[in-house]
Amino acid sequence: MAGKPKLHYFNGRGRMESIRWLLASAGVEFEEKFIGTPEDLDKLKNDGSLMFQQVPMVEIDGMKLVQTRAILNYIATKYNLYGKDIKERALIDMYTEGMADLNEMIMVLPLCPPDQKDAKITLIRERTTDRYLPVFEKVLKSHGQDYLVGNKLSRADIHLVELLYYVEELDSSLLANFPLLKVISLTAFRREGSHFPPEVLTVGLRSHHCADLLGPGTPSRVSF
Amino acid sequence: MATKPKLYYFRGRGRMESIRWLLAAAGVEFEEEFIETAEQYEKLQKDGRLLFGQVPMVEIDGMVLTQTRAILSYLAAKYDLYGKDLKETVRINMYADGTLDLMLMIALAAFKPPAEKEEDLALIVQKAQTRYFPVFEKILKDHGQDFLVGNKFSWADLQLLEAILMVEELNASVLSDFRLLQAFKTRISNIPTIKKFLQPGSQRQPPPDSHYVEVVRSILHF
Repeated sequence: MAGKPKLHYFNGRGRMESIRWLLASAGVEFEEKFIGTPEDLDKLKNDGSLMFQQVPMVEIDGMKLVQTRAILNYIATKYNLYGKDIKERALIDMYTEGMADLNEMIMVLPLCPPDQKDAKITLIRERTTDRYLPVFEKVLKSHGQDYLVGNKLSRADIHLVELLYYVEELDSSLLANFPLLKVISLTAFRREGSHFPPEVLTVGLRSHHCADLLGPGTPSRVSF
Repeated sequence: MATKPKLYYFRGRGRMESIRWLLAAAGVEFEEEFIETAEQYEKLQKDGRLLFGQVPMVEIDGMVLTQTRAILSYLAAKYDLYGKDLKETVRINMYADGTLDLMLMIALAAFKPPAEKEEDLALIVQKAQTRYFPVFEKILKDHGQDFLVGNKFSWADLQLLEAILMVEELNASVLSDFRLLQAFKTRISNIPTIKKFLQPGSQRQPPPDSHYVEVVRSILHF
């Protein structure tokens, strides 16, 4: 019997958070080994565990996987969250990559020098309301289904819910003009997720701390 | 009769080059529309064919695809260059993502001011020699096969060749310590579709020059 997947990363969201969400949404229990000191990271590098000397790294199914996208693709395929054929997968990938671009902007904001922060936040707001959220609102409106692709829960829906939480944390008014996005985030998990009880989600869309949103003890992290 | 895929991008490598390579290696003929003016770009955006208002964009199989990695994954799967099972696919993804990181650094360096650009390019060569190439040399050494994954030509081999050639443009002796990669480079370059793509007159784009940088800056406003 395979052991639980084991995640190696810092004790924070960063590039590992979307992996945590995907595993949790698939109902997969996992362990985490947090890198707390430079020595911790050196140890991983020196024992050859990190193919390109970088984290995230996930031990799963006898492999030590690196590269965030490779890891996410593996999990999505294994747990049937990647569409039914390559055309659906292409759509899922397109949407997911767009979300990752916005997510990246939000993710690196804490690292931004103070004098550039306001400009960066303005740009993030613009991109959110002008470039990214309209696309997903339109996709849902165009087919009228509950999920982004193929009328079935996929990783695209999970990444979107995660992204919406971050947008909410930044500024909840950004979601004001996107009614369908709010509905999809609730429906997706109410139908499929034993791990995301509806009451918590309803509260979640109003709260500002991810750890609170998902209930005590869930392996999600507050912002750096 | 299927129409040829059509690529929309600037007249240069950027984020489209890996896509050109993959189509060429798969023996697929494709057309290109080069974006040379801001007006052209705005028209594409207004037509609603750029999902997030960005290129690369590829029209293929009745779809309008954007996002480089979405396009590359689709092509790799379609042309059977993505491994025979999930475990092979994840290895191909790991290797391809590693080399894509390296190549994107090179693409972005072109847009930096001269002093920073020199620094970046030196760092890229160093990373290639210490972080990336040793990994692939070891993979080839460990299994002794001709290709990185599953003893069969895949997208990972193609990305690696592309990365090797790009880094060699920065430093011609970068492979001097990597005997197996040298043989790999020769071997993969001799695959007929790839050999053809490496000839003058193919759709391969040259390294970015100041004209390319100017055009892209003026269209994307940065």
